[in-house]
Amino acid sequence: MTTACKQPPQTRHDLDEAAIERGSRLVAEAGCTACHAFPGIGWPRGLAGPSLLTFDGRGPIAGTLPNTPANLAAFVRNAPATKPGSPMPAMPLSRSEARDVAAYLYGIADD
Amino acid sequence: MWPPISMESPMTDASTVFDAWWGWPPPVLDPAGPYAESVTVLAWALFAMGAIVTAIVAAALFVAVAGPPRWKARLGGEHTVWIMGIAFPAVVLTGLLVWGLSLTASLTDPITGREPRIRVTAHMWWWDIEYLDAAGRVVRRDANELHLPVGQPVVLELKSADVIHSFWVPNLSGKEDMIPGRTNLLKVQADRPGRFGGICAEYCGGPHALMGFVAVAHPVAEFERWLSGTKVGAGPAVAQDVPGTVPAVTRRTPTAVDAAPQVGARDGQALFLANGCAACHRIAGTPANGLSGPDLTHLAGRLTLSGGILPNNRGTLQGWIADAQSIKPGNRMPSYDNLSAEDVAAIALWLETPR
Repeated sequence: MTTACKQPPQTRHDLDEAAIERGSRLVAEAGCTACHAFPGIGWPRGLAGPSLLTFDGRGPIAGTLPNTPANLAAFVRNAPATKPGSPMPAMPLSRSEARDVAAYLYGIADD
Repeated sequence: MWPPISMESPMTDASTVFDAWWGWPPPVLDPAGPYAESVTVLAWALFAMGAIVTAIVAAALFVAVAGPPRWKARLGGEHTVWIMGIAFPAVVLTGLLVWGLSLTASLTDPITGREPRIRVTAHMWWWDIEYLDAAGRVVRRDANELHLPVGQPVVLELKSADVIHSFWVPNLSGKEDMIPGRTNLLKVQADRPGRFGGICAEYCGGPHALMGFVAVAHPVAEFERWLSGTKVGAGPAVAQDVPGTVPAVTRRTPTAVDAAPQVGARDGQALFLANGCAACHRIAGTPANGLSGPDLTHLAGRLTLSGGILPNNRGTLQGWIADAQSIKPGNRMPSYDNLSAEDVAAIALWLETPR
């Protein structure tokens, strides 16, 4: 018996290119760059929050939350409500914009 | 270097992007008023003239290298040198000079004294903006954001508090130097409502490239309301887009409720004062009365932070307080990394209070 050797997927998440594109614009326009470094954005590259240059979509969100797109979207939109004690403030993103930002973050691993 | 920017109109795009970013970096050949218009026309005319002369020179060079011997001889003759080398440039340049001076004469029209006056004082690396009444008294003090009425010339008193800077809103006028110890007057006019990026156009050290601001042109009635202290930026966090006017607030700041878990019972004003912020920043109606940094009284209504370089929302404000040096290296505000995240959140929430 042979078992087919299947390559693991590049990422565990289905990537929607349009959402990634919107999300990449939103992180610049919402000013996420004031605290985080992102690939492809040379400036600003704030250091108050963790660098997201190598965000790889694995491990718990913010160290504690189950790694699901819904949790990531909820965290980027309203961190203090999603993870009590988080120093990251709520950001002015709509729910759909937050989903786009989450898609963009999951897409960073494939860059 | 710059993040991707939407160049669509702020009126149609407001629902999806933060249009504080609209118009940045400022386009230099898109005049929004008569003064910028004449400069733009002149720029295109000079470019066209330069293109024609370049074409003539290139053609002459071609003839000189590869043309028939009879043409070469004619091109090298004294006659040609007199006509093309002396007569042609003299006539063309004189014509351009006369035309250019008459075209731009309006830039130096006398100032009547009845125009609205705004004093803009450049600092390393931000802009102090004071709105003056007819008697020259300051009626409103703000920073990094220049509000103008549409359709009339506005006189700017341009000063500098330290080194030479240069005021430039490409949509509205040419550049004007801001020189320590002098007051330069510049007229600007916007003929349509909108937001126009402005920038320091004279190298002034360190983060010079991050010394921007936003000019906001309002219909006259809206400008009067804004100037008289109607709380632009207060009220609902969602823009009320009236066709033909500039929305007061299009960014959406999270509500105070969102900040509650972080802020708790902390007192933002007490923290602001206890940590020495008031040594540099003034907030009218509070003991904070420092003058060496931007006035933060109307911070809640501003579109941008840090001299036009970040959208103004709670995230960027907290990031700026916590680590301004990483965002704008070399600027005069220290990174308050000695504060807890909760204290920073409390200060930010208090600063966001409309006043």
